[in-house]
Amino acid sequence: MASGVKPRVKAPKKASAGEVVTIKTLISHKMESGQRKDSSGNVIPRSIINRFTCDFNGENVIDVVLAPAISTNPYFEFDATIPEAGDLKFTWYDDDGDVYEETKSVAVG
Amino acid sequence: AMALLPLSAFAQADPNAELVGAPDDFLAGADAAAGDLTLTAPEIAENGNTVPISVDAPGAVEVRVYALGNPTPGVATFRFGPLAGSQAASTRIRLAGTQDVQAIAKMADGSYQTAMKTVKVTIGGCGG
Amino acid sequence: GNWARLAAQQSLTQDQLLQFDTFGNVSLIHVTDIHAQLMPIYFREPSVNIGVGGNRGAVPHVTGSDFRKLYGIEDGSRSHYALSSGDFSALAQAYGKVGGMDRVATVVNAIRADRPDALLLDGGDTWHGSYTCYHSEGQDMVNVMNGLKPDAMTFHWEFTLGTDRVTELVEGLPFAALGQNIFDAEWDEPSELFKPYQFFERGGVKIAVIGQAFPYMPIANPRWMFPEFSFGIRDENMQAMVDEVRAQGAELVVCLSHNGFDVDKKMASKVTGIDVILTGHTHDALPEPVLVGETILIASGSNGKFVSRVDLDVRDGRMMGFRHKLIPIFSDVIAPDPQMATLIEEQRAPYKADLEEVIGQTDSLLYRRGNFNGTWDDLICDALLSEREADIAMSPGVRWGPSLIPGDDITREDIWNVTSMTYGKAYRSEMTGEFIKVILEDVADNIFNPDPYYQQGGDMVRIGGMGYRCDVNKPQGERISDMVLLSTGEAIDPAKNYVVAGWASVNEGTEGPQIWDVVENHIRKQGTVSIQPRDNVEVVGA
Ligand SMILES: [Mn+2]
Ligand SMILES: [Mn+2]
Repeated sequence: MASGVKPRVKAPKKASAGEVVTIKTLISHKMESGQRKDSSGNVIPRSIINRFTCDFNGENVIDVVLAPAISTNPYFEFDATIPEAGDLKFTWYDDDGDVYEETKSVAVG
Repeated sequence: AMALLPLSAFAQADPNAELVGAPDDFLAGADAAAGDLTLTAPEIAENGNTVPISVDAPGAVEVRVYALGNPTPGVATFRFGPLAGSQAASTRIRLAGTQDVQAIAKMADGSYQTAMKTVKVTIGGCGG
Repeated sequence: GNWARLAAQQSLTQDQLLQFDTFGNVSLIHVTDIHAQLMPIYFREPSVNIGVGGNRGAVPHVTGSDFRKLYGIEDGSRSHYALSSGDFSALAQAYGKVGGMDRVATVVNAIRADRPDALLLDGGDTWHGSYTCYHSEGQDMVNVMNGLKPDAMTFHWEFTLGTDRVTELVEGLPFAALGQNIFDAEWDEPSELFKPYQFFERGGVKIAVIGQAFPYMPIANPRWMFPEFSFGIRDENMQAMVDEVRAQGAELVVCLSHNGFDVDKKMASKVTGIDVILTGHTHDALPEPVLVGETILIASGSNGKFVSRVDLDVRDGRMMGFRHKLIPIFSDVIAPDPQMATLIEEQRAPYKADLEEVIGQTDSLLYRRGNFNGTWDDLICDALLSEREADIAMSPGVRWGPSLIPGDDITREDIWNVTSMTYGKAYRSEMTGEFIKVILEDVADNIFNPDPYYQQGGDMVRIGGMGYRCDVNKPQGERISDMVLLSTGEAIDPAKNYVVAGWASVNEGTEGPQIWDVVENHIRKQGTVSIQPRDNVEVVGA
């Protein structure tokens, strides 16, 4: 699955200190549930993103556990408090051990 | 900037976090009442494979979402960190058919709240 | 006969039909659900239109003589013919065809002569439903509507042209394309192509028109044709838009909606601050507005058969009063607008020979509207059963499609008027008896769920070759019973496979001949079609 997995994030580039901002994330991933069968009747093995986290300057914003019932191309929207200038770090954990990261800097002023 | 880190299997999720489980696993015998928790979902899903849902649970530390009619009910666990701007989140989920979606929130004081919404998944048809 | 027709013509002039004591300071003109009907047609209103839950027995769920009694309409009158069912073939002979966009243009121009800055609003289902519309991918309707100069439009079937074509046409529109509930599916944000609302300054009044597209597009129509878009009722966003336009100084808030009547009624009870909802989608024609709280609902019919005029008195940022007229477009009474007639002729010219080819005749009334059956659909089901060699036929319960009266030729254009769509392939597949029941239950709940927000505004899927009983008041899963295969008289076996032919599948990759070809082949073999209303559905609880 490591090929073609593409995270995308919508986050503001600027905020005022202490502001609550809305963040949206998408990652292209088939989220194979492990419940489907192929044409010869064999179960297609589960292959999903099983965890997603967002941190700001090392402090946690949200930590999500994903089950196979999360749709293809997992989407999340949530709010973060921005206490100071710094980096939003987004991390997606794949069943196959791969980890995908994305960073967005937020200026304060 | 986006970086793809080909890390090995060490970089796994917290093993305790992996299971969403079923409502009874989370409640462990406790009761859940209606409260400030809201669960938003469409009356009719445009597509059962991608149904938008939102939870909003002021004062919660953790919210779990279940699709009670799926082969396994667990959908997601949301844990809110110190920099969460609200205890609210949205995602998109798979529903195997018309069913109840349930959210259960664990509050900071250890109590539980719950909210339920029926989502209709229809074969689709025709119209005016 | 002819005498009756002559008498009828003498009894009404264009001036009488359009007579209106101009009122207040704002005029709205509403057309909706034209379904690409450029020419005069016959259109029989439904005799069965069941309301459920709180809408049981409420308009528009009143038909035939009950409807005439409710509105004080004389039996056999022009209003009887235009607005209700009963004696349709005879009255159609007497009063002639209805609609025609050249006649609609005459009416719009006449209203603009009274009130030059009247707003013309199109409720959608405009770029769909005919041979010329299909072959020009909506261009004929865009050209004709541009000639009519509307101020805004909202959408439903237009999306079945596919994202690329819809985008191309919408980007070229010289008027506002509105839909507060049209969202980008990927990021769940308002679509950039469609604005939620448009402001107009008319008669010194600041008017906001908010668009509401058909909420259940990806369910009722193939979502693979427009996967970039998400819809839904989104009444919370509607309230936000109403509040936003009020905050910007709107003195009159008009919602141009394609929700369907009962959905609009519920939305009007939940969203505050809308003065007028111009409803569409369910094809109802009501001679008087329906009041919900302080909101008036206007229903203007379909297929170019009616134009609504609403005059409003808006003072001090409030709607103080209104005057309304639902104008039936009697095509023998209203003179065609010559400019529009020429424009229509130009759209049809490239296809003229194909349109006019006579395929057969009918000695029966062919109509569609009704919750369960229509003779047009019975004919389509017969075509599917015989041409596709099936046990059971299914035809979608759409509400568009004009009627033909006994003695009419059936042209290719007539067949396309009731079948044309971008996903018209006639499939043939095996289904178990159990699955057939699941389909019927699913569709029935989309019509008879007591909560209007679960209703999609169509009619029941039409069934050929099978009978059944439907108890409209039961919950989903319990409405359908007594399914019988008509060819043998045997009960449908849940475990047995049946060959089912149908069309308008929302699934991508559906294979089979186009439905209009199936129907054309069938009619050619028949020569003259003879088909009486059927009673293969027993309806309980209406
Ligand atoms: Mn329509
Ligand atoms: Mn419609």
